[in-house]
Amino acid sequence: MIAFLIKRLFHALLVMFVISVIAFAIQDNLGDPIQQMVGQSVPESEREALREELGLNDPFAVQYLRFAANAVQFDFGYSYVFNEPTTDVILRHLPATLELVAAATFLIIALSIPIGVYSAIKPRAWLSRFFMGVSIIGISIPVFLTAIVLIQLFAIGVSWSPFPADTGWGAWLNDLISTEGGMPAYGRGEPVPVFGTWETNFASLEGLTYLVLPAISLASIMLPLFIRLIRAEMLEVLQSDYVKFARAKGISPRRIYFLHALKNTMLPVITVGGVQIGTLVAYTILTETVFQWPGMGLMFLDAIERSDIPLIVTYLMIVGLIFVITNTLVDLIYGLVNPTVKLTGKPA
Amino acid sequence: MTTPTSPTASRWERLRDSYLLYSFKRDLIAQASLLVFIVLVAGAVLAPWLAPMNPYDLAQIDILASELPPFWVDGSDPAYVMGTDAQGRDLLSTILYGARVSLIIGFGAVALQAALGVCFGLLAGYLGGRVDAFLMRLADIQLSFSTLMVAIVVGALFKAIFGGATFSAYAVPLLVLIIGLAEWPQYARTVRASVLAEKGKEYVDAARVMGLSSRRIMFRHILPNTLSPIFVISTVQVANAIISEAALSFLGLGMPETQPSLGSLIKSGFDYIQSGSWWITLIPGLVLVVLVLVINLLGDWLRDVLNPRLYKG
Amino acid sequence: MSLLDVSNLDVRFALRRGDVKALRDVCFSLDRGERLGIVGESGAGKSVAAFSLLNLIAKPGYIAGGSIRFDGQELIGMSDRGLRKIRGHRISMIFQDPMMTLNPVLTIGEQMVECLKAHRRIGTRDARAISLRKLEQVQIPSPEARLDQYPHELSGGMRQRVIIAIALLLDPDIIIADEPTTALDVTIQAEIMALLLELCEEQNVGLILITHDLGVVSQVTQRMLVMYAGRVIEQGPTREIINDPQHPYTQGLINALPQMATPGSRLNQIPGSMPSLNNLPSGCAFHPRCGFVTRPDGSTRQACHDEVPGFVTSGNCQAACHMVAEMIERERIPAEEQD
Repeated sequence: MIAFLIKRLFHALLVMFVISVIAFAIQDNLGDPIQQMVGQSVPESEREALREELGLNDPFAVQYLRFAANAVQFDFGYSYVFNEPTTDVILRHLPATLELVAAATFLIIALSIPIGVYSAIKPRAWLSRFFMGVSIIGISIPVFLTAIVLIQLFAIGVSWSPFPADTGWGAWLNDLISTEGGMPAYGRGEPVPVFGTWETNFASLEGLTYLVLPAISLASIMLPLFIRLIRAEMLEVLQSDYVKFARAKGISPRRIYFLHALKNTMLPVITVGGVQIGTLVAYTILTETVFQWPGMGLMFLDAIERSDIPLIVTYLMIVGLIFVITNTLVDLIYGLVNPTVKLTGKPA
Repeated sequence: MTTPTSPTASRWERLRDSYLLYSFKRDLIAQASLLVFIVLVAGAVLAPWLAPMNPYDLAQIDILASELPPFWVDGSDPAYVMGTDAQGRDLLSTILYGARVSLIIGFGAVALQAALGVCFGLLAGYLGGRVDAFLMRLADIQLSFSTLMVAIVVGALFKAIFGGATFSAYAVPLLVLIIGLAEWPQYARTVRASVLAEKGKEYVDAARVMGLSSRRIMFRHILPNTLSPIFVISTVQVANAIISEAALSFLGLGMPETQPSLGSLIKSGFDYIQSGSWWITLIPGLVLVVLVLVINLLGDWLRDVLNPRLYKG
Repeated sequence: MSLLDVSNLDVRFALRRGDVKALRDVCFSLDRGERLGIVGESGAGKSVAAFSLLNLIAKPGYIAGGSIRFDGQELIGMSDRGLRKIRGHRISMIFQDPMMTLNPVLTIGEQMVECLKAHRRIGTRDARAISLRKLEQVQIPSPEARLDQYPHELSGGMRQRVIIAIALLLDPDIIIADEPTTALDVTIQAEIMALLLELCEEQNVGLILITHDLGVVSQVTQRMLVMYAGRVIEQGPTREIINDPQHPYTQGLINALPQMATPGSRLNQIPGSMPSLNNLPSGCAFHPRCGFVTRPDGSTRQACHDEVPGFVTSGNCQAACHMVAEMIERERIPAEEQD
């Protein structure tokens, strides 16, 4: 286990190193701090002196080391736009994004496991076919389109009247397919402060209503993938000898499905799925744009538009860190769940 | 798998007798998907002849006719079947041209990622050792970042380096490059996995014993045997590339509004959805979803039929 | 009345292109404490027979007809709940590959205790005590430690011992062992087989041993069935069949044993291979490979091509073969007519 941990840690550091080199290369080539500091009017000689003073003429490696030393202390310089340390800007936007990802993750886990397991246990049932059909459609809808459709349906509202409204049943059918709207779909309302810059949407009912549509949209991108993955793995496990043997022992189907089969199904799902949950952070860029959710994704897009290079670089580093942490956590969880990992140091 | 009937059998005879065609004839969903796909591609390819207007021609655009609804809604103009967008362009024509852009980028990006991925995958699988470790680590890192994130970052960088105007002018090749660079790891992993499986087989040993060069063994002997997984993931990857392009365009990192793809059409309509002009967003959206859906359905069918060993995740 | 009576068992696999008949007209019985061998090439339907006894055949497969009576109860058509009370309790199974049979994410103890708990009202502590005793019976070194180990920490031979212990856990009446030693190292095979035999004898447990190894069958079992293409083609006391096989296929199997070959010459093999079940030859399924379709005088036995042979009794054995039937018939006819 110790060897396994050390190996994972080393891998994580290596990935962070690669990310930091890329981030620094971006900063080095695109960001010109002199321009931001002094503006256009200052003569070239003065700029050159400033450059020398700031160490911008040092070799790449020296500058990188300086960057890395600061990065370790979470010091990435000042945002051009906000004129404050980039880490402060990120920290202000981080909770909104993390809460959105957490809500979406909750939805994904809560829905994909029962649906995936059900459609593996009863592959021919009409409900399973329905779920599989919906999930292939779900995979084909881009996340921003899901978001837009949700806004149209539940925030703006749709009133259809294809049926004659003057008859009782026609009015009833029209009502049935029409939607009220009124769900909040813009920003995160008034979240409750917890401590520091952390404000939460989970603490009030009103806050939760703001989360509903963005979380559903974000979950919609991964949910079909998870359902298909869980179903495929479970189908494979149900064919295995150890499941047949459990049956031959006279074990109840419920125990076979939910202990024998599910535990083995979850092993590959944890490795593949855990990483996917991490990539949800990337998809927040899209959902946050549609819902104007004031998180890191929206902030990042804004930073790109305004060429706020230090903020872009900080975002990359922080998101990279989040990915590395989730990947390492996923590996750890896998190691804890899978008994074959402990002895050998790597999955057998 | 195609079953070789006799050495003299023509390609057509081999196709006719193949299991592929047999199962296609039995699968209604696959047939319907292929039909819809062909209709959409034909519409996109023939856009200049089919479309009532040329959305790129500013002279044909009537700004007064902007935001007209499609024909079944009150207040529509029979000249514009699907209505018009915010700039007064005929929506049907714009969608046909937009689908063309989306398909060109989708297929172009997949061709690029396939070329990159197949080369890297062959190298990693065949050479092993450090090359393998380096390439696969790179693929791991890129995938753990998610292809979307990589595409957004690369797109943002290109936009920063070239400037907005140049980026817009060369948007199609740049998007092909961005999506190609972002998604090659899928191919590389799949190809590497099947190369490793093939490498152990006797015919590769035989080729090596005969003194054939590594390059020849890789391209002439191993590659043909890895084609069925490549074929299967290619369908899914085209669907993914089209979605990626749409996502980039939606974020403003893709096609400009003057030369819209389906994604940038959706984006341009999004600003008007609150004012009730839902069709500018939702009709191109529906076309996009149908296009991606039929490709995914065809991919699912292919996977069921060819059943290759795919890399999980 | 035997403990287990199988008659006219018909098992099919429902495939898209129509049903494939995996077992046809299979009949056999087993007395308490008796050991029966089922022999045949792979694909002959041995394993299907074993799995269908407890209705454990996987999905496209189903039991199309026949009867399985166990201790006075009819198992075909019995509810799953009812069958579950018999599975692992009164009839237990041992699978072919011990590396795949135990669940990799559950400890040996968990997998034993759950079996006891499924059939008895018993506390974990007592269940572990019983499990420990069974592990001792199968002669596993340091059995106490094994309870908390995972399957991957045990060797193949040890895992098969665990599986035998699980099979014996509830003192069953019958154990069905599907090629229990084929996946093991040759050195361990004999050991495991001897252990299984010893435990069955000691505890008077009936054994249905499925194997393609005639040597093992002759050492372990009292009676045997030979299967070919989904049918039983010969059955009777093991000793008699091994010494004097009636059916040409059984003769071929025995002749193919290495010890039957003359040193220095090629092994005797049965020409051809077993037909696939969805494309069976007409008449006797074995006739395309059979050397007795043509009589010694050169004439053809047309029945071999046209009719499925029924069983004829010869001594204590029964064989389904037109040639054997003809020979028996001829012996019965007075000698003068033969001139």
